[in-house]
Amino acid sequence: MLTHKKRFTKRGRVTAAGLLLLLVAAACGGEEAADPQQAAEATGPIKIWYSNNPEEIAWGEKIVKQWNADNPDEEVTGQEIPAGETSEEVIQAAISAGNAPCLVYNTAPAAVPQFQKQGGLVNLSDFPDADSYIEERTGADAAQYQSPEGGYYQMPWKANPVMIFYNKKIFEQAGLDAENPPLTTHDEFLETGQTLIDEGGVEAAIWPAPTSEFFQSWFDFYPLFIAETGGTPLVEDGQAQFASDAGLQVADFWSQIYENGLAKKEAYNGDAFGEEKSAMAIVGPWAIAVYGESIDWGVVPVPTADGTPPEETFTFSDEKSVGMYSACENRGTAWEFLKESTSEANDGALLEATGQMPTRPNLTDTFSDYFDKNPEYTPFAEQANRLQEVPVVENSIEMWQTFRDSYSQSVIFGKQSPDDAFPEAADQIESLVSEG
Amino acid sequence: MATIAATAPRARRIRRALGRHPVGLLFVLPYAAFLVLVYAYPLGLAVYMSFYDYFFAAPGAVVERPFVGFDNYTTAFGDPIFLESLGNVVTFLVINVPLTVAFSLVLATALNAKLPLRGFFRTAYYIPYVTASVAVIGVWLWLFSDTGLVNSALGPVAPAPPWLVNEFWAMPMIAFFATWKQLGFYVVLYLAALQNIPSDLYDAASVDGAGALKSFRHVTVPGVRPATTLVVILSTIVGANFFTEPYLLTGGGGPNNSSVSPVLHMYRRGIEQGDAGYAAAIGVLLAIGVIVISMVNRFILERD
Repeated sequence: MLTHKKRFTKRGRVTAAGLLLLLVAAACGGEEAADPQQAAEATGPIKIWYSNNPEEIAWGEKIVKQWNADNPDEEVTGQEIPAGETSEEVIQAAISAGNAPCLVYNTAPAAVPQFQKQGGLVNLSDFPDADSYIEERTGADAAQYQSPEGGYYQMPWKANPVMIFYNKKIFEQAGLDAENPPLTTHDEFLETGQTLIDEGGVEAAIWPAPTSEFFQSWFDFYPLFIAETGGTPLVEDGQAQFASDAGLQVADFWSQIYENGLAKKEAYNGDAFGEEKSAMAIVGPWAIAVYGESIDWGVVPVPTADGTPPEETFTFSDEKSVGMYSACENRGTAWEFLKESTSEANDGALLEATGQMPTRPNLTDTFSDYFDKNPEYTPFAEQANRLQEVPVVENSIEMWQTFRDSYSQSVIFGKQSPDDAFPEAADQIESLVSEG
Repeated sequence: MATIAATAPRARRIRRALGRHPVGLLFVLPYAAFLVLVYAYPLGLAVYMSFYDYFFAAPGAVVERPFVGFDNYTTAFGDPIFLESLGNVVTFLVINVPLTVAFSLVLATALNAKLPLRGFFRTAYYIPYVTASVAVIGVWLWLFSDTGLVNSALGPVAPAPPWLVNEFWAMPMIAFFATWKQLGFYVVLYLAALQNIPSDLYDAASVDGAGALKSFRHVTVPGVRPATTLVVILSTIVGANFFTEPYLLTGGGGPNNSSVSPVLHMYRRGIEQGDAGYAAAIGVLLAIGVIVISMVNRFILERD
C-alpha cells in the first residue's frame, strides 16, 4: 500500500508540474509587433489580401501589377483572402498569429472595433495626410467609419447599396405593373406581396434568410429601419434607436410579412430569387451581374410606412473597408499603395470590373461615362448618396447577435411582441456598447 | 566506500525511474510530445483563459486582460442561451444515445448473420459516416423542408412550421440526423464485439430451447457489454460536442436558439464575438459535464 501511495504521489507531482508548465507557457506572449513609429515611415515589400470573387481578383491583380511596374523596390504581393467560415474569422486568426497582411480589401466595418481591441489594426489617422485624404474621397459619410475616439481604423472603400430587386415576368403574371410596381409604402408592399403569392405562382413574395447569424438583420430589418428614420443607425450616441416608433413600425411590417406567409420561416436551400421561388430580393448592385442575363429585373428603393420618394430614401450601405494591420512592417508603402488603389482612376476600374460602388460622393458625375454605358447601375449609384453604415461601437458583433435573437423571436417566430422584445434588447445593447 | 554507498541508492532510483527498458521511453516520447502539444497544452490554456477577461490579441499588442476569478463561470450560469444549450444537450443525448445503442446493436447482429448482399449492406450503413456532414445536411434540408419529400408524403399531418424551424422538432431532428450519420461507426464496433462471443453459447442456448429473440437477449446483449459501454461513452462525448448540425441544419441554432448547442454558443462568443475567456469557461464546464456523465454511464453499465 505504501509503495502504491508513494507512486501515486510521485505521479501527482509530475502531473502538477506539467500543468504548471502549461499554464506558464499559456501566459507567455508571441513575437513582438512592428514598432509603430518606425513602421509608419518604412518602405519595402508588402502583402495584401483581396476578396475571392473573380471580378475583384482580376481588379486586384491589375492594380498590383501596375504598382509593381512603377515601384520595383516596394513590391506588393497580392492574394485572395484564405478560405474560412467567414473573412472575419480568417483575419482574426491572422491577427492573433501575427501574420496578417499589410492590407485587407475586405474588412467588414462591424468587425473593426473587435480587430482594434485586439491591437490588430493601424490607426490610419497616424499618417499625416490620412484624415484629409479619407474625408475628401468619401465625403460626409466618412464620419460613419471613425472609431469612437475619432481615428480612422478603416478606410471606407466600396458599397453595395441595398435595394429591392424584383422579377418583372412574375409581376406581369400576377397582373401587376412591372414598370412602376406598387412597392413604395408598407401597405402597398404587403398587398403586392399577397398578389404575387395568389397570382404569381411563387412560394414567397420575398425570401430573406430567416436564420440566426448576427449579420442577417442587415438584409431585412436594418435597411427598412434606416429608410424609415431617414438614415439613423441601430445605435447612436450609446442609445439604441430601434425600439422607437419607427423601429416598431418596421418590425410590424416584417411580422405581417411572416404571418401572412409572404416570406418563409425557413431558409431556402439554394437561390430563391434566381430559381424564381420568390419574386423579390434585397440585394446590392452585385445582383446585376448574377441575375442580369437570366431574369428580366427591376429595382426600387426599400419601402417605408408612408412612402418616401426614391431621391430621399436612405438604405444600408453593405460596405467593405480596407484595413491596415499592425503586423505590417512597411506601413509607408502600404499607405501609399492604399491611396493609389483608391484613386479616382482605380475606383473607376473597380466600378468597371465589379459594378460595386466606390465610397465617393456623386458617383454618377464622377464616373459619368460608365453610367452612360451601363445605365442599369444608375439607381444603385444614386442610392449610394444616401447610405447608413453599421455603428462603430464596442462589442459590435455581440450587439448584432443580441438584436438578431430578439428579432427572430418576436418578428419571425412571433413568440413575443416586438413591443416587449425590442425594449429588452435595447437595454442589453446599451449595456454592451457602454462596456468599452 | 562512503561515496559508493551514497551513489548506489541514487543509481537504483534512476534505474527504477527509467524502468527495465529505458529505450522504451524514447519510443514513447514522440506520442507523449504529441499529447502535450495537441491536448494538454490547449486544455491548460483553456483553463487559464477561463479565469481572465481573455481575448485573442496581436503579438506584442498592449492589451488589458484582467484576472476575473470565477466571473466567467457565474456569468455562464446566468446566461439563458447557455442554459438552453445545456437543456438541448440533454434532449440530444436522451434521444441519440439509446437510439444509437439499439439500432447499432440490432443492425450489427443482422449484418453478422449470413445474409444475402451482406457486404453491400455493411458498406451502405457506413457511407453516411464517411460522407462530409455538409453534403448530407444538404440532403436532409431538402427532405425536411416545407415543400420537401417528407412533408409532401405526410400531406396535412406535416408539422407547421416545418421540422427544422419548428421549436419542438428542431432538436429531435438533429438527434435523429446524428444517430443516422454516426450509426455505421458504432455498427463496426459491435460487429467486432460479436466476433468474440463463442458460438458454443448460442449452441447451448439453442439446446436449452432459446429462440432467436431469447438468444439475442441472453447471449448477445451480455456478450457485447464492454462494447456497449464504449458505444455509450463515445456517443455521449461526440453528442455533447455537436456543432455542425445546429450550425448548418437549423440555420445557426434556430429557431429561437431551440437547437443551439454549447459548442455553437462557444464558437459565437469566442470566435465571432471575441470573448474567448467566457467561451473557455463554457468549454471547461462542458468537459466536466461530459466526464461526469461518462463516469456515471460507465458505473451503471459495468456494475455486476
